Amino acid sequence: MDDHDAHDVAQARAGSELAFRRLVERHARGVFQLAFRLTGSEPDADDVVQETFLKAYRELKRFEARSSFRTWVHRITVNCAYDMLRQRPRHRGESLDAGPANAPAGGIELEADGTSWPDRLAFGAEIQGRVRAALDLLTPTERTAFVLRHFEGRSLEEIGEALGLRTGATKHSIFRAVQKMRRALAPLVDPATPGKAEQELRPFQVQP
Amino acid sequence: MNLNHLTEEQLVLHHYGDAGDEAEAASVAGHLRECPACQAELDGLLRALSAANQLAVPDPGESYGARVFARIQPSLAKGWPGWRDRLASPKPGWILAGRRWAWAGGAAALVVAAFVAGDRVAHRQPAPAAVPQAAQRRGTEAQAGTTPTGAEERGSTAPAEPASAVAAADRERVRAGVLLVAVSGHLERSEVALSELVNSPRGPEVDISEERGRARDLVAENRLYRQTALAAGEPAVAGLLDDLERALVEVANGPSRMNEAEFDRVRRRIVQQDILFKIRVFGERVREAEGRPAAGSGLRG
Ligand SMILES: [Zn+2]
Repeated sequence: MDDHDAHDVAQARAGSELAFRRLVERHARGVFQLAFRLTGSEPDADDVVQETFLKAYRELKRFEARSSFRTWVHRITVNCAYDMLRQRPRHRGESLDAGPANAPAGGIELEADGTSWPDRLAFGAEIQGRVRAALDLLTPTERTAFVLRHFEGRSLEEIGEALGLRTGATKHSIFRAVQKMRRALAPLVDPATPGKAEQELRPFQVQP
Repeated sequence: MNLNHLTEEQLVLHHYGDAGDEAEAASVAGHLRECPACQAELDGLLRALSAANQLAVPDPGESYGARVFARIQPSLAKGWPGWRDRLASPKPGWILAGRRWAWAGGAAALVVAAFVAGDRVAHRQPAPAAVPQAAQRRGTEAQAGTTPTGAEERGSTAPAEPASAVAAADRERVRAGVLLVAVSGHLERSEVALSELVNSPRGPEVDISEERGRARDLVAENRLYRQTALAAGEPAVAGLLDDLERALVEVANGPSRMNEAEFDRVRRRIVQQDILFKIRVFGERVREAEGRPAAGSGLRG
């Protein structure tokens, strides 16, 4: 583990608030980014960050140096964010299934066929909005599993541990998440098949 | 070529390298090499995921960590365990152990008295009898429901007896010192109660009936102290107690069982009011004064 972290953890455990402050200052941005991906909202991510470090402070004595402080504190972040997602009312999103009509004409190839910069920027913003809305369609478990696998590169085992799932269920959550994301984003990224209905997504699939 | 095309799930898992054991992974990879349909399907999947990769994450900036620390510092509160943990394993000395404030003990109490009264008066007067008593009470705190003796003492501090103007003023200042020590105990109890509330473990339903009961007692106590502080010409102390009262009243008048969202709102408001921080600053000023008994400024600043 990082030498600075190891030193500061030891000091913080001995009661140094200053050492803990250094840990917060070193890791808060990373924790925020993880929390933002998990929650999709800046204020929620902010709350998760505070909750994470409060919890870390209280549980510092239970921290075993087997993992790095960063790994440990990110694990707490995942727990806090997961709790928040589950208690947060499901909002936004649900209407997106009816979404292709709201999507801009065409797909990602707009960028390629000579649109001006401002249009491209607007389209970038459109993608942002669609991705956020797509993520909001996921259940808390799917979202957490997807973010951890896709953005954070965590192993199935780690994810399963964080969510209390067996490997098979973890795999399924990731798959469901990608499937929903793909359907929500299809109008943007699959211009050839703009109106693709869900059941047509694998038209050539043959049951084994 | 295999007649069974890959399922969407197989493609997703293959993309993340989670297809299964070696044989399974090899079979998926082999199929993909030979089957343009499945390869096209995988490409579609990758386009969707690459769109997801464009999700921008705001950078909260260099100073974010410092801001976070400033926000949580009031709640760090010496790393007390949550009240549930404490009930499970009571440690008799915990309340005084490792505290940053040195409230307890006759010497500290004397210093506090001197701090407020000014050394001129403090050198002339013995330590008020109420002081050690107030210090003692803190160790055996938590018999909620009993009338706080400190509050009764305070009730008698209204300038009732006629005396020469100077002597009365001196006496008032000594009393202010006694007040400060007694208030310290009250602030400490309040801080403990609010810290524990803030640090309560979350769950679908949070039962704060115990904290709520304590808050009710503390509200009553708080009102007496605040009135006394005003009467004793301690507006800074009265102001602090005023802020504290708002936080206590919120808990005292709230439900004893809350769902997680309600609890979070209450908790957040307490944290955002910075009341724990203010109490601590107050404590630190007293502590500083301990090191420099002659300092005449401080709380009134
Ligand atoms: Zn195939």
